[in-house]
Amino acid sequence: MSNNTSTNKSRNYLNPYLGGVLLGLVLLAANFVSGRGLGASGAIKSVVATTIGTVNKEAIGTMPFMAEYAESHSGNPMKSWLVFEMLGVIVGGFLSGAVAGRLKLKVEHSPKITSRRRLIFALAGGALFGFGSQLGRGCTSGSALSGMAVLSLGGFITMMAIFGTAFALAYFFRKNWI
Amino acid sequence: MGPLAPNEIISENTNFLFAFFIGIAFGWVLESSGFSSSRKLAGIFYGYDAVVLKVFFTAALTAMLGMLFMSMFGWLDLDLVYVNPTYLTSAIAGGVVMGVGFIMGGFCPGTSFCGAAIGKIDAMVFVGGLFIGVYGFAFTYGWWEKLYLARYLGEPKISETLGISDGLFGLLMILAALGMFVVAEWAEKKFAREEY
Repeated sequence: MSNNTSTNKSRNYLNPYLGGVLLGLVLLAANFVSGRGLGASGAIKSVVATTIGTVNKEAIGTMPFMAEYAESHSGNPMKSWLVFEMLGVIVGGFLSGAVAGRLKLKVEHSPKITSRRRLIFALAGGALFGFGSQLGRGCTSGSALSGMAVLSLGGFITMMAIFGTAFALAYFFRKNWI
Repeated sequence: MGPLAPNEIISENTNFLFAFFIGIAFGWVLESSGFSSSRKLAGIFYGYDAVVLKVFFTAALTAMLGMLFMSMFGWLDLDLVYVNPTYLTSAIAGGVVMGVGFIMGGFCPGTSFCGAAIGKIDAMVFVGGLFIGVYGFAFTYGWWEKLYLARYLGEPKISETLGISDGLFGLLMILAALGMFVVAEWAEKKFAREEY
């Protein structure tokens, strides 16, 4: 790392194995303190449920998926563990980026594609990931990583499905990345 | 002793405060490991950057072993820890849809928030997509309800399914991870790409 004098930006990043141990300790802390793993997509669900409820109270009643969720969160879906955790993620990510000098407003994309193409794919990818995270009951954090730590069969299956599918399709989307 | 919140050693509001601090640590580690960059995340699928695999499996192993040891020492009651339920059909179908989203968008939900936090516009757009996707699922739930609830298996542990002890499964995971790390280090040299 330190003996690399080229313009390799990755030298600013944490050693990945150290990063993994630290992430594992954070996940362990979540399980020890709160009896649950980390997550991300659940917080988005809270915001969506709140937004729908605010715009049109009756709409929630006509959407069984959201109605059940609102009921199980004692009236206020924003008062959820994952919402507070994700607010922390934004703060933590920002602080790390600030310390490392990585704060910069930009569209990161391969020089072979335009910003516009990158953003269209980001939007479509986000929509699919959001949809899949609800169908699969959690995303890479909540289902795959946290599920694996508690040896959940479903966690391992979802992890293999996510990475297996992305690997299988990598060839068709290679222009976006390499 | 643990877990603290389910054992009512800390209150619900204290638990939310911890959630915020745990989130800060989570975001910090993700960002400082390079997970705020879609280029680094997508690297695993082309071999030029295997940071995802290294961080992900090291983290899963660290947490898994930590929990097994804490349970053995009597520090953590695993019966009170949330174990994700397994609905076989939706676990696979949801994972496949997420996989398509991953290779197209280059982020997953947690990492996209990190990217957005440091100013990546592509990450912000991805986050926008996430909201559309979650809303879309809720809106069309009636179409997927059968699929969503199909083949419920309870909350099985993978070690139970394989018929081996948690400890032996942990050991096999370590060996598998070491194997993958060797391949990952080799791949990063063989498929190296210019930074952009």
